[in-house]
Amino acid sequence: MITIRGLNIDLRDFHLRDVNLDVAENEFFILMGPTGAGKTVLLEAIAGLIPLMSGKIFIGEREITGLPPEKRGISIVYQDYALFPHLTVLENITYGLHFHRTDKTHIKKRLDRLLEVLNLFDLKQRFPVNLSGGEKQRVALARALMVEPKVLLLDEPLSALDPNFREEVRNALKGLHQSSTTTFLMVTHDFVEVLSLAGRAAVMNKGRIEQTGHVKEIFEKPVSPFVADFVGMKNLFEASFHETYAVVSGLKIEIGRIVDPSSRYLAVRPEDIIISREKFSSSMRNSYSGIITQINNQGFYYEIAVIVKNVSFKGLITKGALIELGLEEGIPVYVSFKASAVHVF
Amino acid sequence: MKREPFFWITVSCGIVIMAFILLPLIQMMSAPSAGMLKETIQDKDVVRSIWLSIYTAGLAALISFVLGTPLAYLLARSAFKGKRLVESIIDLPIAIPHPVVGIAILSVAGKNHWIGQILSELGIRIMGSVTGIVTVLTFVGIPFYLNAAKAGFEGISPRLEKVSRSLGASMSSTFFRITFPLAWRSMLIGIIMCCARAISEFGAVVIVAYHPMIAPVMIYERFEAYGLKYSQPVAVWLVSISLLLFLILRILTLENRKET
Repeated sequence: MITIRGLNIDLRDFHLRDVNLDVAENEFFILMGPTGAGKTVLLEAIAGLIPLMSGKIFIGEREITGLPPEKRGISIVYQDYALFPHLTVLENITYGLHFHRTDKTHIKKRLDRLLEVLNLFDLKQRFPVNLSGGEKQRVALARALMVEPKVLLLDEPLSALDPNFREEVRNALKGLHQSSTTTFLMVTHDFVEVLSLAGRAAVMNKGRIEQTGHVKEIFEKPVSPFVADFVGMKNLFEASFHETYAVVSGLKIEIGRIVDPSSRYLAVRPEDIIISREKFSSSMRNSYSGIITQINNQGFYYEIAVIVKNVSFKGLITKGALIELGLEEGIPVYVSFKASAVHVF
Repeated sequence: MKREPFFWITVSCGIVIMAFILLPLIQMMSAPSAGMLKETIQDKDVVRSIWLSIYTAGLAALISFVLGTPLAYLLARSAFKGKRLVESIIDLPIAIPHPVVGIAILSVAGKNHWIGQILSELGIRIMGSVTGIVTVLTFVGIPFYLNAAKAGFEGISPRLEKVSRSLGASMSSTFFRITFPLAWRSMLIGIIMCCARAISEFGAVVIVAYHPMIAPVMIYERFEAYGLKYSQPVAVWLVSISLLLFLILRILTLENRKET
């Protein structure tokens, strides 16, 4: 559906370099990456709001690289809602209809459906200044979808909302995607959103796409140290590789498979690490004794740092497990993980 | 609660400045008797010169609005090399001594300059004409309009325009449906400021057009020829009518603000 080939952009603060991307029709695709990675720039380039230095963009078979934004059939929703402050909710939602010729009964049906799905019926005559954040974002969504775009671009649409509203709008988004033929392309930092909404995703860094693939694949098999670090691979080590094991600062780690000898890093997700007082008797090929150096409260979980020789592992456990095991800083524990939990790149 | 000395310094400086501005004005406004004011306003020359002042200033503001709006929008929305230079050029008329403005305009409008030659072939006269007055007033007033309109455009998030484009609106539709309705108040304030600046101009106009006589030139002439007492009533009428006009404009804009 969206095909981007060799896209380069030079703005004063941002550069995009050789961006290639394929998003399938009616897919919910997510762009991830740290602030300043160029995600918003990429969205605005797709919408035609930023000039390209080189490269081509296609929607379906049609090349849209040279088209002005109003001829592309691509709607955009921003984090700060960007509602027209001088227009009512209803006028905002129907704004795009001034420029599209559509059958009136069809418009009425679509408007009623959007108002219903997004729960906006009672707000029709209000001005944006009198709406809450969640309401504003629902209006922005309705306005973007009212013109039946081929593609909907969402620039961190949930990040400015309170947690309660966030879930509500997230669910609305999911429902709208499932019931429409529009392709959704969304930027977010939030892994909950990624996991609950997306099929496939891409990770951007410094104006380049580092990895594209199914969400599961990105989280489980990051292709670069950057992606691993970004998606939460806390245990990321430089290693040397020998047959089916690796060595990290003198510590031998079983991988259970032969890996590409040119690989340089290995990583283990914190949730794949088991921390215990006794040596863990199971099929886990890697089990080491170490000392707890730090316990960090992370809300629902505690992050435990354990030093084994010179290598510091980080594992996650629940508060219950922390109390049950009587874990404290300075006490000896065992750190165990499966060979298959080791990612190499 | 005991106030710090710094607080009293700020208050006393404020009072001094208020007095400095208001005392001479109040003195001047209250000096002429009602009889003199009445007699002055019945003088056809006075009415004519005040009217000339107001409508030339209005024309200057209208020209600034028509020509200045696109430039103000460009400056607010785009970054380009030399933007600072353009902005400095726009501010030049504020910094140049007023008689120099008049001399500068005459030097391109004169017969020795190709622009002056074209103008005279077209039958347009700058020296001693209403056209000349409007030219000078536009020159001194346009920076005020440009800066106010630019600030207004800058206050509107470019994202509103981007969303409008993505919903199918062309650049011009976006300007008239989104940008203008949100910026018109700033533009109106720019027009008022441009007008106010133009009404108060004397130095540049007196060089280009002593006649037909705008109100400030008449006030100066009467002061030179007959002294303070004779010039004051004209000044009172000019100040009063100008203030009234600006007040009406401000009230109109405030009322509209309540509606939205």
